[in-house]
Parts: sequence; structure tokens; C-alpha cells
Amino acid sequence: MTLADAKPQSATQSSPQALNFECETGNYHTFCPISCVAWLYQKIEDSFFLVIGTKTCGYFLQNAMGVMIFAEPRYAMAELEEGDISAQLNDYEELKRLCTQIKRDRNPSVIVWIGTCTTEIIKMDLEGLAPRLESEIGVPIVVARANGLDYAFTQGEDTVLAAMAHRCPKKVESEAEKEERNAIQKLLSFGNKKETAAPESEYVDHPPLVLFGSLPDPVVTQLTLELKKQGIKVSGWLPSKRYTELPVIEEGYYVAGVNPFLSRTATTMMRRRKCKLIGAPFPIGPDGTRAWIEKMCSVFGIEPKGLEEREAAIWESVEDYVQLIRGKSVFFMGDNLLEVSMARFLIRCGMTVPEIGIPYMDKRYQGAELKFLEQTCHEMGVPLPKIVEKPDNYNQIQRIYELEPDLVITGMAHANPLEARGINTKWSVEFTFAQIHGFTNTRDILELVTRPLRRNSNLKDLGWDKLVRETANV
Amino acid sequence: MKLAYWMYAGPAHIGTLRVASSFKNVHAIMHAPLGDDYFNVMRSMLERERDYTPVTASVVDRNVLARGSQEKVVNNIVRKDHEEQPDLIVLTPTCTSSILQEDLANFVERAQLDANGDVLLADVNHYRVNELQAADRTLHQIVQFYTEKARKKGELPEGKSEKPSVNIIGVSTLGFHNQHDATELKRLMADLGIEVNAVIPEGASVHELKNLSRAWFNLVPYRELGLMAANYLKDEFGMPFVDITPMGVVETARCIRAIQSILNKQGVDVDYDTFIDEQTRFISQAAWFSRSIDCQNLTGKKAVVFGDNTHASAITKILSREMGIHVVLAGTYCKYDADWFRKEVSEYCDEVLISNDHGEIGDAIARLEPSAIFGTQMERHLGKRLDIPCGVIAAPIHIQNFPVGYRPYLGYEGANQVVDLVYNSFTLGMEDHLLEIFGGHDTKEVITKGMSADSDLSWSKDGLAELNRIPGFVRGKVKRNTEKFARERGFTEISAEVLYAAKEAVGA
Repeated sequence: MTLADAKPQSATQSSPQALNFECETGNYHTFCPISCVAWLYQKIEDSFFLVIGTKTCGYFLQNAMGVMIFAEPRYAMAELEEGDISAQLNDYEELKRLCTQIKRDRNPSVIVWIGTCTTEIIKMDLEGLAPRLESEIGVPIVVARANGLDYAFTQGEDTVLAAMAHRCPKKVESEAEKEERNAIQKLLSFGNKKETAAPESEYVDHPPLVLFGSLPDPVVTQLTLELKKQGIKVSGWLPSKRYTELPVIEEGYYVAGVNPFLSRTATTMMRRRKCKLIGAPFPIGPDGTRAWIEKMCSVFGIEPKGLEEREAAIWESVEDYVQLIRGKSVFFMGDNLLEVSMARFLIRCGMTVPEIGIPYMDKRYQGAELKFLEQTCHEMGVPLPKIVEKPDNYNQIQRIYELEPDLVITGMAHANPLEARGINTKWSVEFTFAQIHGFTNTRDILELVTRPLRRNSNLKDLGWDKLVRETANV
Repeated sequence: MKLAYWMYAGPAHIGTLRVASSFKNVHAIMHAPLGDDYFNVMRSMLERERDYTPVTASVVDRNVLARGSQEKVVNNIVRKDHEEQPDLIVLTPTCTSSILQEDLANFVERAQLDANGDVLLADVNHYRVNELQAADRTLHQIVQFYTEKARKKGELPEGKSEKPSVNIIGVSTLGFHNQHDATELKRLMADLGIEVNAVIPEGASVHELKNLSRAWFNLVPYRELGLMAANYLKDEFGMPFVDITPMGVVETARCIRAIQSILNKQGVDVDYDTFIDEQTRFISQAAWFSRSIDCQNLTGKKAVVFGDNTHASAITKILSREMGIHVVLAGTYCKYDADWFRKEVSEYCDEVLISNDHGEIGDAIARLEPSAIFGTQMERHLGKRLDIPCGVIAAPIHIQNFPVGYRPYLGYEGANQVVDLVYNSFTLGMEDHLLEIFGGHDTKEVITKGMSADSDLSWSKDGLAELNRIPGFVRGKVKRNTEKFARERGFTEISAEVLYAAKEAVGA
């Protein structure tokens, strides 16, 4: 029996109450949002990310990004010195010197300035300086204020993409340019050159659709193909592989997000670019992917084909992993905003979730996902989780001791100490770097989720569960 | 503004946190924005720490920017005091609080009224000091605070311990092999018949600090951390200290003799010469190693050393004095203490480099083409790119540098470990070259050892074929010399003839 068959088992008996939202002190551990440069510079191949901040920022990036720092990254710190803070040095001149050097050494198509806490506090007018410098050195400069005063971890990407959304061209000027902007289509038809003969007929006639959210290229291809199967054409993707290939966005285009942390980008798309946002659950897990595609189809008036079978087949193929976690509980401490989607998927796998910690909850942007979470809980007959915004890690740990969950998804600061106390943990950051979107990557998520359980079941007969002295626990 | 990709020493607050979290039952509260508590991740990962890192943040967010921290910092301190009941809470400023210029000292005073434990504001300025200097200051500050507190209460102990005793100052969390070094030093002291009065800060309780003056002297094994505290104790109590790092056989002996002279001055008749001789010649393998034929093969081999002051200077001396290796360049990133370094190593190396720009070190290594590098993780990666083996001798480090097995760098066992490290680096390099000479990797492209691989000159087919016949370990040098020769003579293409002409002309 697969999960797909098992769905409606006890749908009515579960408590019908709505999701419970709480907000704590915000004393939690997460990555600084400037960490987004690490995956964005790799995604946008012709970019250069300049983080304007202090040694603290640099130290974080250097240590958090580990080996990547040695691969001659296309990112650097503009390290502020005392003279910059006290305005003895001229911001404009300093940035000009650095950006000229970057242009000379790397010749990027865009320089992204990442504003930090320090530039906020000293009120460095990056948005004002950028256009001047841009015209002077001839390289586009995009400003994103991804700082720890306002944002957490993945929200860094949101600020960068929101800034990039302004740079998406309005109209295709020439056919040649259109050709160039059609990179995704070219990528898909690779090795199938004659396909251009009958391209349009494969798609239903619908208004242009642009997706937003940075994903590894293989995942971009997978999701684009999934939509193609339904006759939906993806006209562009923000971000694209290159800055010069940013998608055209015109008024009335449809847009949809692939990640739950992109609320600013969504807002920008709607308000500034006059696009229509398709609010859907996010394509994480086979249930999420199906719901995501179905929503697109319904917006464009398409009857979805073969999705139910597709989802069932995926569930069947991962049954060995699902068995390991069915009936177990998972606690999300919260640090990357993927928590709601992940929890919804794991509940569908048969897990229970007492608490979903999350740095920031946009109930509008995540509306469809929240509704889907509720529905999933009802269908699986499990209690609705408590959603804790801005959690307090200290309180959470007390709750974890009380609840004794089978798995805690948490940051590295707490992982080892919890393991030493006999509590299974999975490092949350891995979910941001692993491929977790679409039908195809279901196994990858479960591989991550079940790893601590598989490891610890290998060791369980050794009697070494608790590796701290009781007294040391006070 | 400075364009920076990499830094050797971290920001000031890291140093403060390293000292604070080394003590038992001391909690640090950072006045910092969300995400600046990355120290916890490092400690939890690198040290594989089982306990929660006693560091939390009093988060600076928009509201704090607008209205100031107000009660927030005070509440956080008092809350932590109730939750964990630490002996001491260290309020730690960051780069953010440096520019907000809030009156943190006042918060500390107010929090002290409600807190049971002590509360201190770490006296470090982000823009003036780095991680190492901040650690040194914070340790001094805590030692001073508890000494004065005990004095006020009349709790300072009178006189010295019965038997000769020592304080070992400067062992800290996230320090390079510090845990193992501390064990080795304690062992060494036991062998010398000296009691260990205290080891600070690692594993110490702040309540022990008032007893520091009971030791007969202080031992400061690392240049970067502990000297300020040792100097303070010297001024306060007239306690002498030994700041010779016992790394390598010669320096260990020197350190022990310094201890001997201090004890002799205080009226104890000790003579450690037999002990030193016995250890050097028969117990430790390092002296015998330098005499063995293995080490003979290393004679005159070129090495580059780069790291912090303590390790780079000690390794330079070991390589040059104890192994007969030719240190072409020794360098440090401790710019603030450069004179000391220059004085220590200048007679043991050709060139001294004081810099914290990894590009500069990379270029120097590419230019000097040593057979081995001894540096930090950064130099290890430079070495990989240039195909030169590297032994890691100093921070910045990663998880591999926190071995579970016993790997001290200090004392006689430390000398053994250094021998292995040095010898393994060189042999691996030789092995690689032998493989190449005997055609192990004949499909390999020409190795360029310059940091920028591009060259404006082109090589003809036969020129390239000739070049590839040259053994790998000199190929880069031959290539560069030939190109230099060709450029000088205005050749645009390098054929086999040009290569041989260059060889004749410059002996490449």
C-alpha cells in the first residue's frame, strides 16, 4: 500500500481547528542573509557579488562557505575600515576604486552590491550611489540590502531577486535578442534540433508565465519539463543562468514562485511589474509538486493530465524511505523558511509535527501552502502543528526535551549538543543546498531526512545514546 | 575600503568569545544582529563540542536602530543569569555595536544589580583589534577583574604553594591543537616536578583566578594569547613568566632552562640538564631523526613557512636548525606584532614576509617554488593549485585540524609530531615526482606554477613535446625560464630549438 492510497483514512476524526500561530522573542540561530551570494554567484554565471560590510561579514562567509572560498569565487568583501565609518573616506570614490578593479580583473556583466548591517547603520546611500557609478564605469550595479537587521538566511536571495526584478527588460527589441533570451527552451531542445519545426503546437495558448526563485540548472530543466507536459510554456526564469538573459516581463504576465521565502520578489512582481501572481503550494515533495502544477493548470484553464499517477508512482518508489519515518515525529527549530513546505511533505509521509519554527511568516505569499498544510493534516489524521514565528531557541530546547521528538531539524549550533543528548538531528542548511524540488528529487529529500535515523539505527545496540554526563546538563 | 576575499585573523568579538567560552560556566552575550552568532556553529562543528556553546545574542534589529537597545540588553543578561546561573556574563560588542555607540557599560552596571553572577563588558574595539589581540585583552580583563574583586574582599591568598608550581596561560577553545598541547605541557611539568596551579582559560572556573598568585611562575606557551595577563600578574605580584614556546627540541630545552633559572632564583635547587639530555637523545625521536639518513635527504630542500607568530617562528627554527631545510621565506599575518617575528626568524630564513593578503603569499610561493609549504588552510589550497605539498601548522583551520587522536605541537611528543608532519609533506612530494619521471601521468598537461596560467607565448608541437619530457618538478621552472628567454629575444613561438637555446643561455 502506498501513501497515495492511504490518504483519506481518518480525515474526519482529527481536530478541525485552524493553524495556531505564535511569535516568540526572535532569539534564534540562523545564517546571515549575505550567505545568498554563495549560491547566487554560482547560479548567475556572469555576476560579481560585492558584500559591503566588515570583517564580521567576511569571517562568516569565509567559514560558512567552506571549500567554495578557495575556488576563486566571484564574490568579495568591500571591507569597511574606520575611515569609512567616520566618513573620512568618500564612499563613492572608494566604491568606484573597488568596482573598477573588479571590472578590470573579472569583467562581470553585473555587479551586485550586498548592503549589510553596517551600511544600514551608517546610512550609506547605496541605491543612490549605484546609478551614478553604473553610468560611469559601464557595468550594471544592482543593490540588495540583505542584512541581519531585517532578514534571515534565505531571505537574502529574496532581496537580490526583488532588486533584479526591476532590471528585467520590458520588451523584446529584436528577433535576435529573443533568440538569445530563449535560452531555457534551447536548453530543453538540446539534441533535438529539428524540434523547432513544430514548437508552438505543443503548448496551450496561454499568457506568458515567468517563474522566480534560484534553483540549480538540472532542477530548472526538470520543472520546466513538468509544465511542458501539461502544455504550459515557461517564458523565462528569474534568475537566469546569466544576467544578460534576464527574462522579459510585461504587464499582465503571470508569475509564480518556486520557494517559500520569496515574498518581496512576489510583491515587486505584482506591484512594480504589474504581473499576476499565481499563489500555489511550493513544488517540494511529490504532493507539493502536483499541487503546484495543478494550480498553474487551473489558472490557465488546462485539464491536468497524468499527475495523479505520477505522484502515486513517486510515492511507491520511495516507500522504503517513507517506512523509516512513518509514525515518527519531527520538530523544526526554524531558520530557512522552507519549514512549512517541508513539514507539509513530511506529514504526508506519515510523520507528526509538533512545532514548526520559522523566522518569518508571510501568510499571504505562503497562503496556499498553509491551506495545503491544513488539508494534509486533516487527510492524514494528525494534529495541526504549532507555527512559531521568530522562535526562541532556548525555549525550543526546553520543549524538545519535553516532547522528545524522533527528529529535530536544526542549525549546526544545536545539532551536536542535541545528538550528545540522544536526540536525532538533521542539519537544516542542507535542505537549502540540496535539490529538493519537483517529483524527481523526492528521494533526495528523504535521503537527507532519514539519514540520521538510518545512521542511528545502525548504532542503536551499542548503548551510547547519551554522551553527556547528567550533571553537565544543568 | 579594502577588497578582501580571505582573512587570516577573525574579527575582535571572535577572540572575546573564544576566551569567554573557554572558561567553565561563563556565558557571553553578543550585542549583534541576527546571524552574527556564527561562532556557535564553528565551535560546535570544529571542536565537535557536546555542550551548547555558552554564547547568545542580544539581537540588534530595526527597533534597536530606531530606539536604542533600551531594556533589551539588560533583560537578556538578567534572563541568562536566571536560566543558566553562570559565574560571569561577558557582554561582547561587535562591529555593529561599535558604530551604534550605545552605552553598553551602563547596561552592564544596571544588569549587575539584578544578576547573581558577575557581569563584564569586554573592552575590545572592532576597528582597532583583531581576534588574537581581543582574546589577549579579554583574558587580561577577566584575570584583572577577579584579582581585584578578591583583593577587595580580602580573599587573595597569601604566599606561594608549598611545592614549585606554575600557571599555564593561553590555552583556549578553537586554538590550534591547544587541547593536546595543554596535556603535553601538564605532562612535562609533572616530569619536572612542578605542580600545575591553574590552566587558563580552557576548562578553568573564574573562582580559581584569585589563586593565580600562588604559583611560582607563569608559562605562556603562545605568543598571541596570554602575554597581557602574564604581564599584569608580573606587575601585581612580581610573578616571573616564561614566554618561550616549547616547540621543537631546541626551544623545548630553552624553555625548560628558563624555568630552571626562575626556580633557582626562588631558592629551589633544580637541575634539568640530565632530563633534557635524556629526553632529547633517547625519549624523543626528533633529535635522532635529524641525524638519520632520511633527514639527510631533506638537506637544502626549499620550504616556505607562513602562519601566526608562534607557529610560523617555531616551525621556521625547527626546519632550519633541527632538520637542515632551507627556509626561503618565513611569514606571519600578525602584522601588529611584526617586529617580534622578524627578530625571531631573520637568521633562519632568506626572506621575511609580513602580510595578511593571501594573494601576496600565493605569488611569493609561486615565485619561490619551494618543495613544501608549511602554512594555514589557505596555503594548503594554494599548494594544491601549484602542486606543492603543504603541512598545516596554524589557524585558520578547519575540522581536519581538530584531530581526535593525540597530536600536540609542544614538548617532546610535539617534536615527534612535527617530524612526522614535515617528513610526510616532503616524501609525498618526492613520490609524486618519481611517478611523473617514470611516466605515471603522461597525459598530464604542462604544469604552470604561476598564479596566472596564461602566457602570451605559444609553444610549437615539438617544443611542447620536449618540455613534457622534462621531469615534472623542474618543468614549471624550465617553462618559465624559457619563456623569459624567448620574450627577451623576441621569439613568438617556442620550438624545441628555442628551448635548448634557452637552456644553454640561462642554464634552465
